[in-house]
Amino acid sequence: MQFINSIRQYGIFLAFLLICCFLSYASSQFLTLSNWTIIITQVSINALLAFGVTFVIIAGGIDLSVGSILAVAGVVAALLASPPDLPLIVPIFGGLLAGLVFGLLNGLIITKSKIAPFIVTLGIMTIGRGLALILSNGRPISNLSDSFNFIGGGDIFGIPFPIIVLVIVFIISYLLLKNTVFGRYVYAIGGNEQAAWASGINVNKIKMAVYALCGTLAGLAGILLTSRITTGQPNAGAGFELDAIAAAIIGGTSTSGGTGTIAGTLIGALLIGVINNGLDLLNVSSYYQQVIMGAIIIGAVLLDSWNQKRMAS
Amino acid sequence: MSIILEFSNISKSFSGNRVIDNISLQIEKGKVHTLMGENGAGKSTLMKILVGLLQPDEGEILLEGEVISGLSVHAILGKGIAMIHQEILMVPDLSVAQNIFLGKESHRFSWLNESEINTKSKRILADLKLDISPKIKVKNLSIADRQMVEIAKAISNKAKVIIMDEPTSVLSDTEVKTLFQIIEKLKSEGVAIIYISHKMEEIFQISDTLAVLRDGKLISTQKASELNSNSLISLMVGREISEIFPESKTEMGRTLISVRNLSKKGVFSNINFEVKAGQVLGLAGLVGAGRSEIARAIAGLDKYDSGIIELEGLEVPINSPSDAIELGIGFVSEDRKALGFIPQMNIRENISLSSLKSFSKLGFVDTDSETKSTQVVFEDLKVKARGLGQKVISLSGGNQQKVVIGKVLMSNPKVIILDEPTRGIDVGAKFEIYKLINTLKAKGLAIILISSEMPEILGLCDRILVLSKGKQKVILPKSEASQEKIMQYAVH
Repeated sequence: MQFINSIRQYGIFLAFLLICCFLSYASSQFLTLSNWTIIITQVSINALLAFGVTFVIIAGGIDLSVGSILAVAGVVAALLASPPDLPLIVPIFGGLLAGLVFGLLNGLIITKSKIAPFIVTLGIMTIGRGLALILSNGRPISNLSDSFNFIGGGDIFGIPFPIIVLVIVFIISYLLLKNTVFGRYVYAIGGNEQAAWASGINVNKIKMAVYALCGTLAGLAGILLTSRITTGQPNAGAGFELDAIAAAIIGGTSTSGGTGTIAGTLIGALLIGVINNGLDLLNVSSYYQQVIMGAIIIGAVLLDSWNQKRMAS
Repeated sequence: MSIILEFSNISKSFSGNRVIDNISLQIEKGKVHTLMGENGAGKSTLMKILVGLLQPDEGEILLEGEVISGLSVHAILGKGIAMIHQEILMVPDLSVAQNIFLGKESHRFSWLNESEINTKSKRILADLKLDISPKIKVKNLSIADRQMVEIAKAISNKAKVIIMDEPTSVLSDTEVKTLFQIIEKLKSEGVAIIYISHKMEEIFQISDTLAVLRDGKLISTQKASELNSNSLISLMVGREISEIFPESKTEMGRTLISVRNLSKKGVFSNINFEVKAGQVLGLAGLVGAGRSEIARAIAGLDKYDSGIIELEGLEVPINSPSDAIELGIGFVSEDRKALGFIPQMNIRENISLSSLKSFSKLGFVDTDSETKSTQVVFEDLKVKARGLGQKVISLSGGNQQKVVIGKVLMSNPKVIILDEPTRGIDVGAKFEIYKLINTLKAKGLAIILISSEMPEILGLCDRILVLSKGKQKVILPKSEASQEKIMQYAVH
């Protein structure tokens, strides 16, 4: 019984290992250090967005605006990283601040107006995209400082900088959700908002913090992406919010709130990255890749609801 | 005597665990058969088997001599067995008539005939002497009226057997009277009623036969007139209950909470009382008299317009539940599911929820000290569960309630407000909660108790504040209180 339970809990992890086994059998290039460096570097942007979105979904909300926030933050950072060369801290701080402001705006409207998060973040998504285009005059911003470009393109002892950022953010998010009072309150609010409030939790404050955190992580992802492609792209990140939500859901976060883990989301993001990479290596057309990815999302949720039914009975 | 329904040697096991053990029971036409038993005794499993939600492992059920076990839920409903659920299942945005005829709408070529179902519904409702318009949306009805509509729906299905699972748990005394009148009428028309309730008083008022279940077995079937409440409880729990409400003598201390001229427009006005340490104040009145609303205002869940709340002589501002909890006011809501616990969380996480900050260092939860403290409460309250790690949603109602009370006690309240603390929980757990109230009294807490069960109010409270339509009528000391006196004040 214990064994079956643990399989259920780690089902996604097992699926991930199985797919990795299959791909290393099917393609000799798959299980190489250089390939995995590519996979994880590519996954890092989606994982950062997905960590933030995981907090939001567990708290019973949804955030569709992370892709646009990424673009705004990227454009802001690119503008600040263009000549005259300001210290590196300025574009980083500017990008993070842009993300934070948008996250707070989401949180403020959601908690004050009681409009559904889906609607609010859909609106902010459109506003954000518009602002990114306004700030950049609709054109890519290139000619960024070398120090800024290091963030996305450089490495330390051979480890790409984005991977280092990913690991640090993963550890912080993991501890924040699992071991802090804040994390516990996030679960409580998503599980039963009314009961959490009646138990003395300041629900609005926690929700504000959750959206602010999600926005800030999207800002960080924007800085990383801008630096990696050495260009501030106002059109960057379109559709990324759906990949981030998919990573969280594949990783076991329930869209009805109250359950989910950061480790699960990381596996979800890695699974998406590995499958895309593997299908590339196997020369599967990107059209088919989309079909497969959609099937995996539905499959993961089916598996989850099937598990929950069995747990309930 | 004519038997309409017969359970014959029914057994049912879940993963090797016998939850229904060889039960044989006969149900007569035009009689009320009450099923009694603690939660987990097998009442609801037996009813699920009857309506076809579960299949028996052994035995069969016969309706008028015809085997119906094994049929689908829909087929059994069609045979005339209807269930009025504890949690009312209706479509809130449809009208009363649309709900009554849901699934059997009259139509011509798929074109709905609204006026016909409205007329038919009107006739059924009038037959039941109910003043409910068939055109009103169900979401605009009171819970009591919704239940009446469910009964109307069962009648429209030409039900021969109607199962009522704790129908009065959401009703006020006058509404219960209406329900009982309807039951009498159904009886006279030959409908058999299977009644499930935990409320002693009404069981003896309404039942013809009492069947007691314990651990999946049928312990006894007797005429209601042959039993009294003490002998019935003994049958249910399998041991003698010497005293339902243990006498408790406690020294009263200083005044912990006083409420002055508390008012909320259209809800309650000019409420004045104080509660001393070691004292229980009861709030009595009909449903809608403003009892829960006063409790919610003191606990910070609702705003009030004017008046003063004083704790130990100091006026305190209460604007949110967290204010109230920090000041030492604990609140156990009548709606356990909506306001009591977080279903996805386990027992430990639920018990510590209101006091989590006291187990944390620099924002991190110290799980060791959290576990230690919650374990003490868990054991003190005798929560029946596998351990602190069990999810609260999987506990019985009584144990869920203990977890909710445990959470409130964890935040060290000086004043505790209990709103219908024994609603929907079994007799055994009820007694434990009565004992707990006396323990809290002895510890010097001030307790405000709201209950619709008169014996609880009379048995547990030192003083009883009677409300009628939001107005405070009187505060009776225990020595002067009686059911008649309270009702007299409550209805005026």
